[in-house]
Amino acid sequence: MTDKLHISLPGLELKNPIMPASGCFSFGEEFSKLYDLSELGAIMIKAATEELRMGNKTPRVAETSSGMLNAIGLQNPGVDHIIEHELKYLEQFDVPIIANVAGTKIEDYVEVARKISKAPNVSALELNISCPNVKEGGIQFGTDPETARKLTESVKEVSAKPIYVKLSPNVTNIVDMAKSVSAADGITMINTLVGMRLDNNGRPILANTTGGLSGPAIKPVALNMVYQVRQALPDIPIIGMGGIATVDDVLDFISVGADAVAIGTMNFTNPYICKELIDELEKKTEEMNLNHIHDIKERAFL
Amino acid sequence: MLQLATAIAKAEIADNIYELVLKTELKKYTLRPGQFVHVRVSKSTEHVLRRPISISSIDAEKSEITITFRAEGPGTKKLAEINTGAAVDVLMPLGNGYDINTAEAGEHVLIVGGGIGVPPLYELTKQLNKRGVKTTHVLGFNSKKDVFYEEAFKTFGETQVATADGTYGVKGFVTDVIQQIGTDFDKFYACGPKVMLKVLDNTMPMDGFISLEERMGCGFGVCYACVCETTAGEQVKICTDGPVFEKGAVVL
Repeated sequence: MTDKLHISLPGLELKNPIMPASGCFSFGEEFSKLYDLSELGAIMIKAATEELRMGNKTPRVAETSSGMLNAIGLQNPGVDHIIEHELKYLEQFDVPIIANVAGTKIEDYVEVARKISKAPNVSALELNISCPNVKEGGIQFGTDPETARKLTESVKEVSAKPIYVKLSPNVTNIVDMAKSVSAADGITMINTLVGMRLDNNGRPILANTTGGLSGPAIKPVALNMVYQVRQALPDIPIIGMGGIATVDDVLDFISVGADAVAIGTMNFTNPYICKELIDELEKKTEEMNLNHIHDIKERAFL
Repeated sequence: MLQLATAIAKAEIADNIYELVLKTELKKYTLRPGQFVHVRVSKSTEHVLRRPISISSIDAEKSEITITFRAEGPGTKKLAEINTGAAVDVLMPLGNGYDINTAEAGEHVLIVGGGIGVPPLYELTKQLNKRGVKTTHVLGFNSKKDVFYEEAFKTFGETQVATADGTYGVKGFVTDVIQQIGTDFDKFYACGPKVMLKVLDNTMPMDGFISLEERMGCGFGVCYACVCETTAGEQVKICTDGPVFEKGAVVL
């Protein structure tokens, strides 16, 4: 490890800018059998809701060209269980944890945030206002700036840790959304795009009909949205994500102004991807003769 | 878990059904029949999801496994085009397979396979017979062109085939054959379409084990795509808690 990859963000001292995205890494235990989780910049754990959630009916995933649709439906064992078991397990690793918080009503988010922000190994919260796969909550908070503002402010009041808001790309104006959550300590973006796939008989494959599109197919959309938000908000910390598969993708996101990045879908394709990207990024900074990876930050604007 | 294998043989054994023999390091694993591998279609990101494919035969001495799949969609069709000698990226071994200790030497068990559910039962019947268990096999397919592994199963015990259109064997479904031969068996082991498993689960009088399939994301328990509900009302993952479950354990 070198300091060339070290990143400081509110609540987060990252050894490197690479972290697995929420929902693509569960709570880390399975991956901990493959590599040392302490090597990661951070871990964004799977969304927590106040009560246990069983999620949607199956099929819950469908592949698309260079991407996939998912409609899991925020299945999780509930915030109390996560604090007592999943987060306890992660205590053995030296890695900042970002806890993803979801709910149906503002009060749900507030309650989950209050509880999970007190967990000793949680460094920051990620407000999931952009899950497209649940009937209530989720995306409705992420598509209306006024609701997003209220939610962010309410959670900020009770949280013991910095708040990052996860923005939905399913909006007309991403900059308006980003500005509306100015009470937050940072932004993570983007969540999945709403999509659909049919089977050979012309019927939707997913039991939920629609799902969230992720994977390399959405990278151009994500890149442009980070670019726009960075232009409008020069100082807000941004963790960028959306289709990252290679070290060059990582460089692209930093070039448009992301401070750090998260890897989602590709963890399924290659369970070792985060570790591999960290190694490759280290090599890349040497090859490019950078003093720090942020030397290339915002170079897309030059 | 992530492993590079080499494709050393490939054959189309029925209409769109392919058998791929993979040479790979097996010493570190204790493989069970009914486990599966998750195959990356290609290095490109065109197919981001791996394809879960049953292990149909294990040869520990030669360090080889055989996987058998139907070339149905664009991903599996691409897999069917793999040349021998090519490297194949697999996650393995995945899932809980069949426990062969559930049948004792001298017992007589019924093995029921439907379509692309047949392959994992072949290694199962091999291992059960090696253990001294007597096996009778009932295999169901849509049509004569889809039939495979009949001869292979016959070397281990009585084998009957049903085709839905009656072009080969008994006309109808595996259940029609079972009605003829009766249910005087100590256990049953099944893999096939959900509707077939549901009927067996509801009607077989003896203990048994069924193997489920579902669209999967990761294959190792992190994405929560392939869940099903147990009869106790809990949720389990087919990829890690299954794919094999005891009769009556899950809601079908």
